[in-house]
Order: sequence, then C-alpha cells, then structure tokens
Amino acid sequence: MLDPAILLASALNGLTTGAVYALIALGLTLIYGVLHIINFAHGAALMVALYGVYFLHRGPGLDPYLSLPVMVPAMFVAGYALQRLVIGRASHGKDENVLLVTLGIAIVLENLALFLFKSDTQTIDTPYTFSTVSILGAMISVPKVVAFGGALVVAALLLLLIRRTDLGRAIRAIAKERQGARLVGIDVEHVFAMSFGIGLACLGAAACFLLPTYYVNPQVGNGFVLIAFTIVVLGGMGSFAGALAGGLLIGVVESLGGLWLGESLGQIGIFLIFIAVLLFRPQGLFGARA
Amino acid sequence: MIHPARRTHRRRFLKHSAALAASAGALGFPAIARAQSGPIKVGVLHPVTGFLAYSGNLSRLGARIAIDEINASGGIKSLGGAKLEAMLGDAQSKPEVGVAEVEKMNQAGVSAIVGAYASSICLATTQAAAKYNIPHVVDVGVADQIVERGLKNTFRFGPGYKVITQDAINYFHIMNTLARKPARTVMIIHEESLFGTGTASLLSRELPGLGYEVKEVIKHANPTRDFNNVVLRIKAVNPDVVIPANYYNEYALLVRTMKQQNVQPKAIFSVLGGAASSFKFVKEFPDVANGVIDVNHWYNPQDKRAVALRKKVEGMKEFYTYEVFLNYQAVYLLADAISRARSRDRDAIVSALAGSTWGGHFMPYGPTRFVNGQNQGARPLVLQVLQNDIKVVLPNTYAQTDPVFPWKA
Repeated sequence: MLDPAILLASALNGLTTGAVYALIALGLTLIYGVLHIINFAHGAALMVALYGVYFLHRGPGLDPYLSLPVMVPAMFVAGYALQRLVIGRASHGKDENVLLVTLGIAIVLENLALFLFKSDTQTIDTPYTFSTVSILGAMISVPKVVAFGGALVVAALLLLLIRRTDLGRAIRAIAKERQGARLVGIDVEHVFAMSFGIGLACLGAAACFLLPTYYVNPQVGNGFVLIAFTIVVLGGMGSFAGALAGGLLIGVVESLGGLWLGESLGQIGIFLIFIAVLLFRPQGLFGARA
Repeated sequence: MIHPARRTHRRRFLKHSAALAASAGALGFPAIARAQSGPIKVGVLHPVTGFLAYSGNLSRLGARIAIDEINASGGIKSLGGAKLEAMLGDAQSKPEVGVAEVEKMNQAGVSAIVGAYASSICLATTQAAAKYNIPHVVDVGVADQIVERGLKNTFRFGPGYKVITQDAINYFHIMNTLARKPARTVMIIHEESLFGTGTASLLSRELPGLGYEVKEVIKHANPTRDFNNVVLRIKAVNPDVVIPANYYNEYALLVRTMKQQNVQPKAIFSVLGGAASSFKFVKEFPDVANGVIDVNHWYNPQDKRAVALRKKVEGMKEFYTYEVFLNYQAVYLLADAISRARSRDRDAIVSALAGSTWGGHFMPYGPTRFVNGQNQGARPLVLQVLQNDIKVVLPNTYAQTDPVFPWKA
C-alpha cells in the first residue's frame, strides 16, 4: 500500500493539472453552449497560444505570466475575427458545416506550425520553473500552484461575466433560444463572435499558466482536446460549474492512475469515467436532464 | 542569324571537346574519366532537423572539423593530395528521409557515407547504401541489429548497446563491491523506444544474477513534461540506486524533479544517459548534475588530441559531446581506409575498412579490428560529474579520479 503522504502529493499535483484542464474545457463548453458547435480547432488554438507565449519569452524575454495581458486580448481578437470572417460565413446557417470548418482550421493551423516551427519540442526555462512550496507536507511546484489559482480566478471572472453583464445575459439568451433572442433585438452574429473570442481568450490564459511546466510542439493540442471533450461531457455540455468540477476530477484521476498503473496506463481512468458517465448519467454531472 | 563571334566559339569548343574525347579514349577510361580526379566526395548524413536536430547538428560539426583538418594538412596523400568534399545530407530525424538522402548521394557519386546518428536511421541508411556497396561508417547508432545483418558495407567504430550495458553492469558491481556493497536495490526508469526498452530489459535480466533486486521498472513516453508521479513512485519504493535510460530532455527533467521532491538515492547511475555525459547539462544544471554517474561513449582523457579538439569545439561556442568526437573520429577512420586503398573506388574502400588496424585515434579502443562490421575493441567508459566537470572514474586504465559512491549531497 502506498504511503498516504505520497497519495496526497499525487492528488494535489493532479488538482493543479486539473485546474488548467478546466480552463481549456471552459472555453470549449462556452462555445458549445452558445453556438451549439463542437470546436475541433480548440486544440490547434491552444497550440497557437502556447507558441505565442513561447515566442514572447524567447524574443522580448517576457515572463509567461506577464504575457497574460498580451495573450488574452490577442486570442480574443483572433477568436472574434475567426468566427466573424471565416466560421460564420462558411457555415451558411448550418451547424454541421461549422463542424467541418473548425476541423479544417485545425488542420491548417497544425500544418502551418509544422512548416514554420518544425516538429521540434520547445520548452522555456524560468527562474521559478523548479521552485516548490510545501502544502501539507507535499512538495508542489510553484508554477502549478500559480496555474491552479489563475485558473480559478479566470473561471470566476467568466462566471461573473455570464451571470452579471448584459453580454452574459445575451449569451445565455442565445444559448436558450436563438430565434427569440434575435427577435428581441440581440445582435446574434456579434454575440456568437464574442463567445468564440472569449472561448479562445480562455486558451490564451491557459497557455500562459501552462508553459512554465509544459512544452509546445505543433501536435501539443491533440492531447488536451480529448481530455477537454471528456470534461465537457462529464460536467454536462454547456455547464460552467460542470467544466470546473470535471476538470479538477479528471486531473486527480489521471494523476492517481499514473501513480498506480504507471505513466503509460494512467489515462485509462479518465476514459473509464467517460464511459461510465455516458452509460449512467448521459446528461453529465451538472447537466440538466434533456 | 548566327552571330559571327558565337559561331567561332562553338567551332573552337567542338575542336577542343574532340581532342578531349580522343585523349580520354587513349587512356582507356572514357566513362569514369571525371570521377578519378578532383575531390573525393563523402556523404555526411545526419538528422539536422526534427526532434534529433540538436544531436544531428553536433554530429555534422564533428565530421566537418575532421574533413577541414584533413584537407588543410594536404588531403589524401596516396591519391596525390586529393581533398575530401563533404556532401551534406539531412535525414530530418526520419529513417525514410535518410534512405532518400542515400539515393541522392549515390547519384552524386560519393565514395563513402558517414552517419546517421540514431539507431533507427542507421538501420535504414546502411541498408540503402548496401545496394550500391557504398561504404557506410556508423558514427553512433548503438542498436546491435545495425551490424548483425551481414551487410558488407557497414562499419561501426563505437560500441553497441549490449556491450555498453554489459560493461555498465560489471562496472556497477565493481564500484559497489569496492564501497563494501551499500547498494542492494535498484529502480529503472526508461524511455519507451528501442534504446530505453532494450537497455531496461537487459539490466533487469542481468542485475539479479549479481545479487541486486530490481524493485521496479517504469517506462515513460517521449516527450514527458511532468515526472512528479514517477518521482513520487521512487520515493515510495526508496531504492538504493536509480538507473535512468532516456534522452536529454527527460533525463534532465527527471533528475531535476528528484532534487525538487528531495529524493536522494545513493547514486544515479545511468546507461547511455542523455545528460550525465553532457557538458551542456553540467553547465545548465550544475546543482543537480554533480554526483551523477553515466556509462557512455568517451575519449581517452590522457590523449592530448582529444583535449585539443575539446578546446577547438568550445572555442566555436559549441558543447564537446560524444556526437562531435565520434563523428570526428569516424571521418579519420574513413580517411585512413581511403589512403590505404589508394583509390576512391567503393569496393576498394570497403576492403580497406574491413582490414583496418587503425590506431591513430583518441578513443579508448586500441587499434581497430572489424568483425562483421563491428569494431571489436570499442568500449564505453564510466563518467561522473564532479566539481562541475565530467571525470572518467572507471576503468582504472583511463580513470582521472576515484568514483564518489555512495553520493552524499
């Protein structure tokens, strides 16, 4: 049997990873909730954001956390423009078209990155990459604690935006009843683009929190997309609280699974949960019964 | 209308080429007249882009330094001072691209190929070169299949991983016995490809026979960016010695995470470890590098030429790694063979390499002797990072100092 101190360390480690998963899933669930599309380009967009943080660090020497005020607005603008100029236009009002368009965007982005940056795996080194803090006797790396806190703050801001602002009300209105929202004078196309922009802005933040302990290469997004989809289904499609709880849960399951079954088999727990949820609670942990 | 001046040019050209053809005909070698003069083309084939780019570029550097030195000191003297000309190839870290480069090199008429760093690429390029009997000197490629397929054109100067792992086991046992056996249990952390898996299985088969208990073997993916779980596992198992077998990035991260989680075994003893025999690692992470032991390719530290080359490479602001000196020596081995063959002909060079007894290198191998393409004297050395430098600690013939074991941080 494993030492409880080691179990605790692994669980805390998983919790910090899970917070970043949650951040990525929040963007995905927002886009799904409002636009009713599954954004296949989510992983590729995360990859672009990670490269953004990487080059800001390599070029002007900007600390990944100081890149936040650059990357979050930049990803928002990119998302807004992408929805307004490409996805919205190409969809011709059909959701299944959007699916293919986002898939196409993912392929284009990944191969552009492959062409421009080669398939090399890049990492950055910061003075705090290997600093640790002791939490209940477990040594947790500082960037992971920062990522955990940062992800929770971003999630809280997002919830506030959705619950308390006019934009949030418009987003919720469109999510519920698109036609009705248009009838009461909401600019649906604008809100669509805002939602897409906010979804990608979440990725901008996630990239800043992720890179100090992670790496970037053109395929980096794929691993996250699969996990983010699982979280969204687990938490309930379109549910923010569900995405947050799901992300944290998946992080812990992955970490403990890795501890027991070895690194290669560790992720099996995630997908067992995924199958179990689909079988016994298809609306997700926090989803409304359809 | 034809310009008069151009017409005379053409006439003069026709006259000259007719004379040239006649003279070539008189010598009796019209078809290969051109190939027998001018520089001798040597294919220098490495993965200089893709995930192996770092090692590939250092390999290329080593080969080019050797070629420049040979040319500067008068070329191949037995061939009238003919110069070596590098034909650079990039395998892009993929075996199939390596094969395509061999085809190109064959078309260009290279006399021999030096390369191609990674085992998987070497397996493919040696086979492609064998079709045209192009002599292929393998610079690193530690997988033993490379020299076990009966390819007549393939010659590996350095040791393969079976010899390295076997030596590592023996040296480890010697070191532990000398220190009155403080180590009884080991844990192996390895990467998932041919090199890591092969090394790990050899270690876990042989170590119990010498009285060591292999507590656990952990495999990890490439790349891995979080070793917290692996290190927590090490903490739980608490082995005397941790044996990593992985590439630079993962090796560095594993050792750094161990430091971070305050896991201190009696030794980190690696086999072909990506970092412990790397000056890059020692320079970038001196706090975790000190004390780490590695069994790897290394030069005879007493040889002045090896030390001079280190100065030269460091003067170029590059790290003096095994990629550099193994390729440097591989080119010299080839130059010796061409010189003795007195020919740029591929068959003649293959025969000269097969009969090579070259002792003019600075590796701890003795004069070369190839059996089925493998240099029989090739051996690794045991290295330890001590006081921010890499020192040879075993065997005694080459040792610069005694190993520090068990290690106390």
